[in-house]
Amino acid sequence: MTLFKEFTKGFIKENPVFVMALGLCPTLAVTSSVENAIGMGLATTFVLAFSNIFISLLKNLIPSKIRIPAFIVVIASFVTIVDMVMHAYVPAIHKSLGLFIPLIVVNCIILGRAEAFASKNNVFRSILDGLGMGLGFTLALIVIGGIREILGAGQFLGYNLFPETFQPMLVAILAPGAFIVMGLLMGLMNLKKKK
Amino acid sequence: MEFVGKILFMAVMAIFVQNFVLMRFLGLCPYIGVSKKLDSAIGMGMAVIFVMTMASTFTWLIHTYLLIPLHIEFLQTIAFILTIASLVQLVEMVIQKTAPALYKSLGVFLPLITTNCAVLGVAILNIQSEYNFLFAILNGLFGGIGFTLVLILMAGIRERLERAELPVSMKGMPISMIVAGSMALAFLGFSGLKF
Repeated sequence: MTLFKEFTKGFIKENPVFVMALGLCPTLAVTSSVENAIGMGLATTFVLAFSNIFISLLKNLIPSKIRIPAFIVVIASFVTIVDMVMHAYVPAIHKSLGLFIPLIVVNCIILGRAEAFASKNNVFRSILDGLGMGLGFTLALIVIGGIREILGAGQFLGYNLFPETFQPMLVAILAPGAFIVMGLLMGLMNLKKKK
Repeated sequence: MEFVGKILFMAVMAIFVQNFVLMRFLGLCPYIGVSKKLDSAIGMGMAVIFVMTMASTFTWLIHTYLLIPLHIEFLQTIAFILTIASLVQLVEMVIQKTAPALYKSLGVFLPLITTNCAVLGVAILNIQSEYNFLFAILNGLFGGIGFTLVLILMAGIRERLERAELPVSMKGMPISMIVAGSMALAFLGFSGLKF
């Protein structure tokens, strides 16, 4: 596979959220606004890229029997770094993402890429894979976040899109809206795949 | 009497009002993945109740008697995920030795639980909400019960959905998300409960 394809496969063809249905918890939980979606997406991309680099470098040193705990420790270290950096520089987003920043550790996309890709490929390819998958995840979050924010608050990135008489569909930014928007998007993806 | 009231309040909050799956979006992967059959849903539910209670107990102890005295609270994420991973492993071995029958029904679900974000989620929430020891354990227990409740409900609905007439592209995951959305809508009603 060419290097360019390695990078772009995560965007649509192997999109971690829509195609592989991984990492559902953060996807649904943080997409009540586009701002949160971007924050979460970039934080995950950072962790994914760096954990891929380190796991790819260490792949010959880690015995295969304890590889999963070893991967988790690597991932947890980068999550701790992201947690502290976000707390220091973007406290508002850190606060609204809350619990879901430490929970990046158990995001199955990251462990999945470590196990399926980084532990079998060289460093350069692993970086591209990590960045591509991370950006694909961010893209998916922005799409879901955009739909929910426009429907539920009549805004996009905090800017009002509609005149004041517009009645937003509040349910879209509440918990049920997340499930319903996600279900409809998955249905659309299936429909497109069959054509 | 006030004490009993507090516990009851906590139970209603954790099981219905702030349900881990539908309101907090924790543990969605097993919720969608293991809810195809009623039997396996019950098995998974029991395993989660058990592990969430145990994890709440041990992570609280580790945070209070290890991380705080040593001033290394920033290692919380790493410490907790390692505690949970080893705890799950330990529980698996103990059950296998002492109760082979129970192991047969729960065994396959136990390894999956390490990456269930509800377990790590409840551990971090207990610390963030500054619960005392007893309430941390109870929060884990009630959270697990709430998870099991919606998992079993979902499995019941999905067994019926198998025979429903649906557009082909909505079958499987998409319709499950929509059903989850309607369930979340119903659970949203509980947030009107005032005490």
